[in-house]
Amino acid sequence: MKVLVAVKRVIDAYVTVRVKADQSGVETANVKMSMNPFCEIAVEEAIRMKEAGKATEIVAVSAGPATCQETLRTALAMGADRAILIQTDAELQPLAVAKLLAAVIDKENPGLVLMGKQGIDGEHNQTGQMVAALKNWAQATFASKIEVGAGEATVTREIDGGLETLTIKLPAVVTTDLRLNEPRYASLPNIMQAKRKPLETLAPEALGVDITPRFKILKVTEPLKRQAGKKVANVDELIDKLKNEAKVI
Amino acid sequence: MPSYKAPLENIHFVLHEVLDVAQVAALPGYEEATPDLIDQIIEEGAKVCEEVLFPLNQSGDAEGCLYENGVVRTPKGFKEAYRLFCEGGWPGLVADPQYGGMGMPHVVNCVLQELICSANMSFGMYPGLSEGAYRALYLHGSQEQKDLYLPKLTTGEWSGTMCLTEPHCGTDLGLIKTKALPNDDGSCNITGTKIFISAGEHDLADNIVHLVLAKLPDAPEGSRGISLFVVPKFLPRQEGGQVKPGARNGVSCGSIEHKMGIKASATCVMNFDNAQGWLVGEPHKGLKAMFTMMNAARLGVAMQGLGIAEVAMQNGLNYAKERLQMRALDGAKAPDKAADPIIVHPDVRRMLLTSKAFTEGARALSYWVGIELDRAHKHPDPAIRQEADDLVALMTPIIKAYQTDMGFEAASLAMQIHGGHGYIWDYGVEQYARDARIAMIYEGTNGIQALDLVGRKMGQSYGRLLRRFFHPVGAFIETHQNNLQMQEFIFPLAKAVAKLQQLTASVAMKGLKDSTEAGAASADYLRMFALVALGYMWAQMALVAQEKISAGAGGRVGFYDSKLKTARFYFARMLPETEAHFRKAMAGAESLMELEAANF
Repeated sequence: MKVLVAVKRVIDAYVTVRVKADQSGVETANVKMSMNPFCEIAVEEAIRMKEAGKATEIVAVSAGPATCQETLRTALAMGADRAILIQTDAELQPLAVAKLLAAVIDKENPGLVLMGKQGIDGEHNQTGQMVAALKNWAQATFASKIEVGAGEATVTREIDGGLETLTIKLPAVVTTDLRLNEPRYASLPNIMQAKRKPLETLAPEALGVDITPRFKILKVTEPLKRQAGKKVANVDELIDKLKNEAKVI
Repeated sequence: MPSYKAPLENIHFVLHEVLDVAQVAALPGYEEATPDLIDQIIEEGAKVCEEVLFPLNQSGDAEGCLYENGVVRTPKGFKEAYRLFCEGGWPGLVADPQYGGMGMPHVVNCVLQELICSANMSFGMYPGLSEGAYRALYLHGSQEQKDLYLPKLTTGEWSGTMCLTEPHCGTDLGLIKTKALPNDDGSCNITGTKIFISAGEHDLADNIVHLVLAKLPDAPEGSRGISLFVVPKFLPRQEGGQVKPGARNGVSCGSIEHKMGIKASATCVMNFDNAQGWLVGEPHKGLKAMFTMMNAARLGVAMQGLGIAEVAMQNGLNYAKERLQMRALDGAKAPDKAADPIIVHPDVRRMLLTSKAFTEGARALSYWVGIELDRAHKHPDPAIRQEADDLVALMTPIIKAYQTDMGFEAASLAMQIHGGHGYIWDYGVEQYARDARIAMIYEGTNGIQALDLVGRKMGQSYGRLLRRFFHPVGAFIETHQNNLQMQEFIFPLAKAVAKLQQLTASVAMKGLKDSTEAGAASADYLRMFALVALGYMWAQMALVAQEKISAGAGGRVGFYDSKLKTARFYFARMLPETEAHFRKAMAGAESLMELEAANF
């Protein structure tokens, strides 16, 4: 079974994100970028499937500017077999990414698509669901355990109330949650081999996908600073303020 | 709790913007080491250091190593971390691909050594010693010895040691008593006691390969009678085409030292009792063989000084920004808070900037020497190989002594910034001072480094080694002396270089007549040399920063501005130390020697 893993390049989780002066977005120039942590988990899961003999080939796919090659090289260094970059400098929204991925899926015919449940930048939590809808495939989101069987997969999902186990038909889209696995460090031999693994670059137009953004970002601002608290004299005053000032009870 | 983030932006700046590390990939044999691959290796290494090694640093210090009936247990977590380190292939970073290594250049190793020592200096001792053993066998071992040991040292399955010191001799190895009696099968029986053996016994690797200095029965007196032997803890045996640890050899650990720092590194007394060993290289030429690995080891120790300085500075800086205490001398800087952060104070800034200017300057200096080491090994032109080798030989004692002195100094400054919290264990800063302190002592004390500089390196080939430093510095000054923007750096640098040349001539002349004179000047001479070398690095970094700022800096004005301002601090407040060292070194031996020992 071929496994396709989508990976996103995002601002590193340890970087303090700053809003651009013109409020058009966040500053990404000269900021350390890394693979989205949820995508790392997806890559790790694919490698484990290959090590367990369940997967035969792992294809890592990313969409974005040329620098996404670095992120794909990281996936290759972890253990993916080859990579595809859909290269564009244009703004990409979840629907566009989902359409691009669906087009790559049509070319590659994977038995399973693994993706992070969301990017830690936009926190959209949409792309995996959209890909499944576009392909009319089964989907299982927020996976904390995946067992691949014959023609189907049993996925344990992290939901609000606890855990839910689904059996889905393959091919399918599975998005990964934090507790699925702990991604490995790339080994030196693999980092060096990754240089020689194939990395194909495609243009969105070549896939016949219109990536025009469908919604417009008006303004990006930093979250409001936390206000100083107030001291109250007694419980009655507290209840009064909660009722009449904060209006929360 | 201390914290550590690998200074990737600073490392990147030195490698790519100041030193042009791309030249390394042009050397035959290093074609793979392209800048993008180097970056990727460093980034992954940084992750391992931050996430695996650093979290074990404080716990390893608290727990230490445990000795029981000849067995040494490393602190909790070290075994797993070592396994992960080996699985990643890190022990073989610079090892020859012929023996399973990655064949990466030394400059990449310099970076990794810095990161490892910032994260966990104790942990770094284990692979560090293996690397020394690897190098000694690689350069001097027989083909059979190489085939037997090098693949195992490369994977880290087996680790290595350097057994030199004995209870009665450290610096003066001519006095060693360990004996080697030849057997009929070509091996020798080694008997004697070695002390201060780092990684002599531990539970991380399947076997330990000791490289031991001992004397054959027909050995001449003194240092010309020392031979080098390889003595494995378990005798290697073949099993199904693979080498496995076999019968236990007659070498055992008698005890471990209780020491000031690097407590998670096992420092062992090793007893050799008719242990089977094999001669490495020629008989009686062991000391020379050992020195080829000592030079590399000294560069490694220099990186320990740098590594500790970096992590200490990071923690000092974090604290100085967070700790609210008093108001700035010229009025409140954070009026909405109970007090100002202490970074507003000139004296706190003096301490931070001293550490910053040292760390960033020493990083450039160390990586420069790392690149020269690669050129010395791989450049196709023998004349350039010789030039590069000369520079490495000259700079090795200088950076070993200066960077370890300053590693301790930076740790001490970080403690000072922390006030009382710097002196207690919880904040983790005092550990850096304890760990850093040994680096000034081992691999040749810093006093021995100074003697190596004035006694051997200075006069070697009529000062040829010195010219390898003075020529590029002179050329740099000449090229940029008319650059108005650079004058604030070029003038003081040129003056300091001239003074250093004057002192060099004086020490060389006086030293020829009386070695005591050279010895008396040595420590101050070395320190002055180091300060000038750092000045040369800072001038180059200032030049790059100015060029980048003029070109718009690509959104990184703050970064380059910081370089420029730190360079100004260096030239205003650190380089002037050369003047005092100049005067002290010129003062001669008399004031050191005239007091009778009995009247001290």
